[in-house]
Amino acid sequence: MNKVMGTYHVNEKGYYGEFGGAYIPEMLYPNVEELRQNYLKVMAEPSFQEEFHQLLRDYVGRPTPLYYAERLSKKYHTKIYLKREDLCHTGAHKVNNTIGQILMAKRLGKNRIIAETGAGQHGVATATVCALMGIQCVVYMGEIDIKRQAPNVARMKMLGAEVVPATSGSKTLKDATNEAIRDWINNPVDTHYIIGSVVGPHPYPDMVARFQSVISEEIKKQLHEKEGRENPDHVIACVGGGSNAAGAYYHFLDNADVNIIAVEAAGKGVHSGESAATSALGKDGIIHGSRTLLMQTNDGQITEPYSISAGLDYPGVGPMHAHLYKSGRAEFISITDDEAMTSGLGLSQLEGIIPAIETSHAFAVFDHRTFKEDEIVVVNLSGRGDKDLNTYIDYFKL
Amino acid sequence: MNRINKKLQEDKKLLSIYFTAGYPNLEDTVPIIESLQDSGVDMIEIGLPFSDPLADGPTIQESSTHALKNGMTTEKLFDQLKNIRNTIDIPLIIMGYFNPMMQYGVEAFCKRCQEIGIDGLIIPDLPVDVYHEEYQDTFEKYGLINVFLITPQTSDERIRFIDSVSGGFIYMVSSASTTGAQSSFGNTQEDYFNRIDAMNLNAPQIVGFGISNSETFNQAIQKAKGAIIGSAFIKYISSNPVENIPQFVEKIRA
Ligand SMILES: Cc1ncc(COP(=O)(O)O)c(C=O)c1O
Repeated sequence: MNKVMGTYHVNEKGYYGEFGGAYIPEMLYPNVEELRQNYLKVMAEPSFQEEFHQLLRDYVGRPTPLYYAERLSKKYHTKIYLKREDLCHTGAHKVNNTIGQILMAKRLGKNRIIAETGAGQHGVATATVCALMGIQCVVYMGEIDIKRQAPNVARMKMLGAEVVPATSGSKTLKDATNEAIRDWINNPVDTHYIIGSVVGPHPYPDMVARFQSVISEEIKKQLHEKEGRENPDHVIACVGGGSNAAGAYYHFLDNADVNIIAVEAAGKGVHSGESAATSALGKDGIIHGSRTLLMQTNDGQITEPYSISAGLDYPGVGPMHAHLYKSGRAEFISITDDEAMTSGLGLSQLEGIIPAIETSHAFAVFDHRTFKEDEIVVVNLSGRGDKDLNTYIDYFKL
Repeated sequence: MNRINKKLQEDKKLLSIYFTAGYPNLEDTVPIIESLQDSGVDMIEIGLPFSDPLADGPTIQESSTHALKNGMTTEKLFDQLKNIRNTIDIPLIIMGYFNPMMQYGVEAFCKRCQEIGIDGLIIPDLPVDVYHEEYQDTFEKYGLINVFLITPQTSDERIRFIDSVSGGFIYMVSSASTTGAQSSFGNTQEDYFNRIDAMNLNAPQIVGFGISNSETFNQAIQKAKGAIIGSAFIKYISSNPVENIPQFVEKIRA
């Protein structure tokens, strides 16, 4: 253990190293401050914990299995375990966060929920918990994404949510996030904003990471049962905003024996001009109220990323991950569209699991670097591929 | 003395106009400023366009997108303004989001502002706390006044803190909203205007957001030192030539 550890969680000012904070207009201050003052207190309440874990168990279907992938392990000559977040209700890890946040919103006395969504996974997870609690739900989604992700739009509507097209700027995820923030400015009293990843102003990155941390909490327990040890040698996760990764890393962050691998979307190639590899291409700046790495012009205008996977198509990255990158704590790897699609097909045929395209990026790591035969590698299988069938069909001419 | 403070000492209610630099045309910046001064406007906020203006409603969003498409950049704006003090003597404030300033370099940005003769900055997403801890010394070194926003939801305690950090005026956001929106003010605003007035703050207050005509302007200046018009001016300039600006200003003052 030669690294100085213990500095990878948020500090009390809301920063991860130099990243994080709350760079918000004064109009948002009361809302964000209310949340900042209350989130830890509320989460510590036994009644909150009880309700949260009961819903995760009975409604979401947790704990999700930690599955030893025998054929995959054989192919890559190492021991690979898959954390099956794809088996969560609604098909991805996103619901861990929305369950937590809807309970938070209720305790703060809010009766209207807003959210942003790109691919629609977080929108569906938010619409789901709003239906469950009988709370009004408005989801902002870029006009272009609404066209690309029709089935998820239909799901949200069926769940009773109102889907509002974001028509400003580039009409995708970052603009949907802008619109949600503007809605919050205009509705400061009764509304809670359920952010979908470990992004946004403090305390969001920390709060969302804590709700997702159930992933690594379970990994520790399950690995102990299966291998007699709590810590894997490597944890791999894809990073869009970084919520499934934050959850998978959380309980290993301050343990130098666990190597952390973050996988970003290179799109058509990191330097192709069509990429979403934020750590490689981003510079220090401010996006959606957080100081972090983001893709931007020299003049500080935020640029539009590209990835075949809508869930990784975000020009920023959570401040925790910016810090993991800058400090060298985590290994960052970028994976192209083609590599991701190929590994998605590979996993389907080796293990009978069709992953979300976001998740496919994480599996492509095995073609990029080797692992020792006796090492234990956990891959966070963040979501299932049902939502991506059309993209797989088009790509492979199925 | 900073031109903003001098202006605030004048025994009159102030009219300030916001416009987005580079809109409707890239080279409109200087002609608009000159025409506003000739029309008797007291102060001008020059909007530095940003790709993701979180605190702005549709009108300013669209003007920003348009200005960026026209080719507006931080350097371009500074270049357009480099001789502005040959003709303009009213206070000039740059209003913009923090990211473009960070990329330019906060100190370099402030230095350039001073060289040009910019008097102050309004940066909606740079919170007073962060400013106070990290940037206040730099802004002051270059003689810049930073202006902070308050809203009907801002607590008295925080308003007092903002007052203590404010070197010029306080920007009173008329309601909980993004820019634009409103066509008239109701009781909620009256109560808010009265509450702030009764606090006897050191910094004078200027009301902005939702002021669109002489009626809302007159309501806003009952208690406050002045008012700022943004979206309504941008709408006007999008379909009227620069020469007509005096008519717009006259109507507001009516
Ligand atoms: C299955 C899946 N994985 C990953 C992501 C990326 O988000 P995050 O980086 O916050 O986990 C998404 C986002 O939509 C997703 O649906």
